[in-house]
Amino acid sequence: MRSPRPPEPVALIKQRRDSTLAALVGAVPYIGFLGVTFDRRGDELTAVLGYDDKLIGNPLVPALHGGAIASFLEVTAIMELSFNMLWDDVEQGRIDAENLGAATLPRLPKTIDFTVDYLRSGLPRDAYARARVNRQGRRYASVHVEAWQDHRQKLFAQATGHFLMPPRDG
Amino acid sequence: MDQTSADKARIARQFIEAIPFSRALQMRLEEIGEGVAVISMPWSEMIVGDPTLSVVHGGAVSALMDTCGGAAVMSHPQALAGTATIDLRIDYMRAATSGQRITARAECYHLTRSVAFVRAEAWDEDRTRPVAAATGAFTVERITPRDGGRS
Repeated sequence: MRSPRPPEPVALIKQRRDSTLAALVGAVPYIGFLGVTFDRRGDELTAVLGYDDKLIGNPLVPALHGGAIASFLEVTAIMELSFNMLWDDVEQGRIDAENLGAATLPRLPKTIDFTVDYLRSGLPRDAYARARVNRQGRRYASVHVEAWQDHRQKLFAQATGHFLMPPRDG
Repeated sequence: MDQTSADKARIARQFIEAIPFSRALQMRLEEIGEGVAVISMPWSEMIVGDPTLSVVHGGAVSALMDTCGGAAVMSHPQALAGTATIDLRIDYMRAATSGQRITARAECYHLTRSVAFVRAEAWDEDRTRPVAAATGAFTVERITPRDGGRS
């Protein structure tokens, strides 16, 4: 009887997944410009838009700019798709997470269309978003994104987008 | 353009040029008046979304379209004051060419007491091939004495 393979050290697993996420985030300048970061729990990502005065659209209210909100939601959708796309390759060792960089990253999904619902005005404080991939084929994906501030159940914006997936080998 | 329209255009211009996020993206108001606005935004490294081709992120194009749509509503002869986006759909027709300025033109084509309907288009230095198109609905804000005329 073969002895079971010892489980992989948890620190190693976390490092691999965090490196993959960091490589994706680091490759996109606009994510840094907006000040978006990502919290990861397993394969679940929560995008965080850290408040900054430059994100304001109406200084009289004040409220977050609709374009900043749309950008935040689109960034969240693309990151969810990209991280999902890389997950299996990294977990099964086909791609080395430690050597992921701008040159070795696969091409990112391209937005076909993106529709944002503005449900209430964005308050001048941090915002959070999670994306759900509702349909994922070889070429097209449909993604829904929800964004909230103080209360998870009280969304201030949501969006649906369609994306063209990059060609895969094999 | 009559005096009221000219005043409205001037107020809209001042308001748009003071928007922090639009300033951060270095947007420039090119034309405004009678429910039409033209706003442009330069290419820059910090708004790149696809590093392999240095293509501007869709979100930055959305921000340009949203600002331009709001400006078009504010400049409409029958609109009263500020506006907020209800929804905005963007179709990305092609990647904008790296290094080129993007220009958007938005038109408020219908206005009710409460809602402004907007169409917009954006292009880079090749005016014949749009990079994106958008349709949106915006609120029509009322000036009431209670809030001191603020929208």
